[in-house]
Amino acid sequence: MSSSMNTVGRPTAPTEVDPIHGFQSLTGGRGLLQDEPLIFEMDGWDKTGVDVPDADLDASDLGALVRRDPIGLPGLSEPETMRHYVRLSQKNHAIDLALYPLGSCTMKHNPRLNEKMARLPGFSDIHPLQPQSTVQGALALMDRLAHWLKTLTGMPAVALSPKAGAHGELCGLLAIHAAHDAKGDHARRVVLVPTSAHGTNPATAAFVGYSVREIAQTADGRVDLQDLKAKLGPDVAAIMVTNPNTCGLFERDIVEIARLTHEAGAYFYCDGANFNAIVGRVRPGDLGVDAMHINLHKTFSTPHGGGGPGAGPVVLSEALAPFAPTPWVVSHEDGFRLVEFEEGEAVQSFGRMNAFHGQMGMYVRALTYMMSHGSDGLRQVAEDAVLNANYIKARLSDVMSPAFPDGPCMHEALFDDRWLEGTGITTLDFAKAMIDEGFHPMTMYFPLVVHGAMLIEPTETESRIELDRFIEALRALAGAARAGEVDRFKGAPYLAPMRRLDETQAARQPRLSWKAREGSNLAAE
Amino acid sequence: MRYLPLTADDRRSMLSAIGAKSIDDLFVDVPLSARRDGVVDLPKVMGELEVERELSALAARNKPAGSVPFFCGAGAYRHHVPATVDHVIQRSEFLTSYTPYQPEIAQGTLQVLFEFQTQVARLTGMEVANASMYDGSTAAAEAVLMASRVTRRTRAVLSPGLHPHYVHSIETLAHATSIQTERLRPAVDAEADVIEAIDANTACVVVQTPNVFGTATDVTRIAEAVHAAGALLIVVTTEVMSLGLLKSPGEMGADIVAAEGQSIGNALNFGGPYVGLFAAREKLTRQMPGRLCGETVDAEGRRGFVLTLSTREQHIRRDKATSNICTNSGLCALAFNIHMSLLGEKGLRKVAAVNHAQARKTRDALAAVPGVEVLTPRFFNEIAVRLPRPAEQVVQVLADHNIIAGVPFSRLDPEAGMDDVLLVAATEIVTDHDIKLLAMALSKVLSA
Repeated sequence: MSSSMNTVGRPTAPTEVDPIHGFQSLTGGRGLLQDEPLIFEMDGWDKTGVDVPDADLDASDLGALVRRDPIGLPGLSEPETMRHYVRLSQKNHAIDLALYPLGSCTMKHNPRLNEKMARLPGFSDIHPLQPQSTVQGALALMDRLAHWLKTLTGMPAVALSPKAGAHGELCGLLAIHAAHDAKGDHARRVVLVPTSAHGTNPATAAFVGYSVREIAQTADGRVDLQDLKAKLGPDVAAIMVTNPNTCGLFERDIVEIARLTHEAGAYFYCDGANFNAIVGRVRPGDLGVDAMHINLHKTFSTPHGGGGPGAGPVVLSEALAPFAPTPWVVSHEDGFRLVEFEEGEAVQSFGRMNAFHGQMGMYVRALTYMMSHGSDGLRQVAEDAVLNANYIKARLSDVMSPAFPDGPCMHEALFDDRWLEGTGITTLDFAKAMIDEGFHPMTMYFPLVVHGAMLIEPTETESRIELDRFIEALRALAGAARAGEVDRFKGAPYLAPMRRLDETQAARQPRLSWKAREGSNLAAE
Repeated sequence: MRYLPLTADDRRSMLSAIGAKSIDDLFVDVPLSARRDGVVDLPKVMGELEVERELSALAARNKPAGSVPFFCGAGAYRHHVPATVDHVIQRSEFLTSYTPYQPEIAQGTLQVLFEFQTQVARLTGMEVANASMYDGSTAAAEAVLMASRVTRRTRAVLSPGLHPHYVHSIETLAHATSIQTERLRPAVDAEADVIEAIDANTACVVVQTPNVFGTATDVTRIAEAVHAAGALLIVVTTEVMSLGLLKSPGEMGADIVAAEGQSIGNALNFGGPYVGLFAAREKLTRQMPGRLCGETVDAEGRRGFVLTLSTREQHIRRDKATSNICTNSGLCALAFNIHMSLLGEKGLRKVAAVNHAQARKTRDALAAVPGVEVLTPRFFNEIAVRLPRPAEQVVQVLADHNIIAGVPFSRLDPEAGMDDVLLVAATEIVTDHDIKLLAMALSKVLSA
């Protein structure tokens, strides 16, 4: 099999190496791990797992609108369904199984109380458009969440409706766009973004028609103030800075960055993906931020769910608050009310970003989490997250190469691949070998400013014993790498449900849905 | 604090392993002016019992749909979701996993996404579907941007029956990207009016079926006109259960389908989280937003799945990406996948037929109420009716009598001059008795 590399030097196809032990079962299963077919391969074309009475009226009134051709959707009985999904679930890593140190992703424990509260019928079984008099508790909850977010960030306003972090970035930039427009300033077409930024930052700026200008980074991993000064100008609408940044470092000059930005007539957007490192200890409002999204699925522990749903409320400064998207909740003498249209108090709003009122299910979970911790618990969250990351950094620095060895990191520890030089082992190989040791790999090859980056975020919900177990595993792997045990890395993972997957083939000949094999007589083909 | 495993001893010894005197040493990079010594002015740590008590009290101030005869739709529908669905999505391995960036230990999620994409493609009658969007409205807005990229044109025509929240979500994004939108005046049964509005700069036409007034439309003729002008047809559906009874957008010539998938597997949740469905013709694949899951093999030649074509995405392409979307609606897509696997085509068609039957009964019952005029000519499970009074007032009075009668159109669009129009949906959860109660109560209110 050929091997190829993408632009950041990450191999995209596996290298062939023999398995450690040649034993094969006769059926392809691996003990408790069964090979599980797709639902389309289980002969369920005429089955269903629901018992529904026949309709007592037909659809003759719809004539030619009725769908006549087969749709091709198999059904499964309930026991088959349960087994299918439980078998599939066992092929996933999860935070409930072991440390999940994806830097910048904040994989922390998801309390089940949050799930229980979100499922109270008073929250889960209410319609977004039923009369507001019948949902006063839901509006009160949104109002209380808004109060917590504003207090924790020291900001005067919050837009709750954005559906995830990137959607929050969009919200912030649209508010900034509207604010410049309101001043009659249409010349600002550039957004400044540091080279270390999340991909969503430049993508969002470009998405709404801005061109992106990159700002250089200093040798100690922070925004280069000289370069910032050089690139600020009357064409700059905003700067987007992540703080703590994606190298896991606090931007020491953040107040100066804000001052320079404002002086140039631009606004300061802060990517709040890493707010968990400072919650309860630092208020972004004190740093000069104009807008910042908060990933409720990171800092406030709503579950990641294999890729969402998230929620990305955006706190706003006085300057941007009038332009916030609709809807929002206001309180009046008889209770709470939604402001849903761009009129009256919302006349300057930039408009609606999505149907209805945002991610209510996530609001309930996040508020449950906040109330459980309280102001003191949340401060402890930040402190323990930072302590855990520094502990990992301290205990691995003699065997791996920290990208920024001097001074403390915040909630995540960044290593580069200098320490692998000459071993023939890449960051990817090392990450895959971690899987065999029972851990999810760290974020790799990000941020782009560090070669072969390995970004480790343990979060505050890891015990010291689990941290030590993780550290010992990485130290052992580092030893094996130095000792030249190349096969252990190149062929990894050996013990996962699957061996390394061929991403190159997947992209060259995309198969994005199931198709019956030639000559098969399966329905609907 | 029950979620924090470190003890005071752990913290002391870890600080000493780091070589720090106190936790403050780790926050030295924070400017002095921004350091806060005390805790912020919010309540302190609370036990599980106390939190549960407070939140339950808030929940009790809402009237759940399941507690009353309930007829709201307008883009969010209450269907029966089998108990299996909510059990499975709470399994740790699905609930507490991340986006499947390491495919060797995420095959569960990846296979689910592959099955989901196949189900969505088949349900909508399209060739490819992505791994989900935030919701139907943002899917529709992204579809408009995609159409503009594909055609290199900058105008979008929005139909008279497009859900007003979808109209506004599209307008917000379109205006920021210099795409002009032309929204036709709201009307119950006039989707084909879009044909007149197509010009040489039209990138796409957005139509909805069933539309916000419940009207189902065969869009084949619209598709022909759109294609003749070199534009793309985007079909929006906010009630995907309808696809168990009605011709699919794909069969009628859609190029892109943007749909709200909440009806399958997901609760009302006061409007979110939901799951956006995004499907398209195969030739448009590389302009699609969002994640795509594809089939491949592992180093032993066994079939597996990975996220693919990520050169469209923000984490690789940054400012050249097709969209900024990252986190989407994974767990809601799983709920959709499980519910749809339980239904199968057989169950889907049956549930859809029951929806239609209940809506027909509702239509007949309301048509018999003096002063009520049924406006929707062809429908799946929702109709618009005209009342002799502002719908908002009537709905409020009925709500005070424990009947949630539907959504006043003015709640969605106060400028349309349709204050007397009420949208009434009837899914399989609506009983014949509920329908009788609604008609009786409405009679009484209108004659008072």
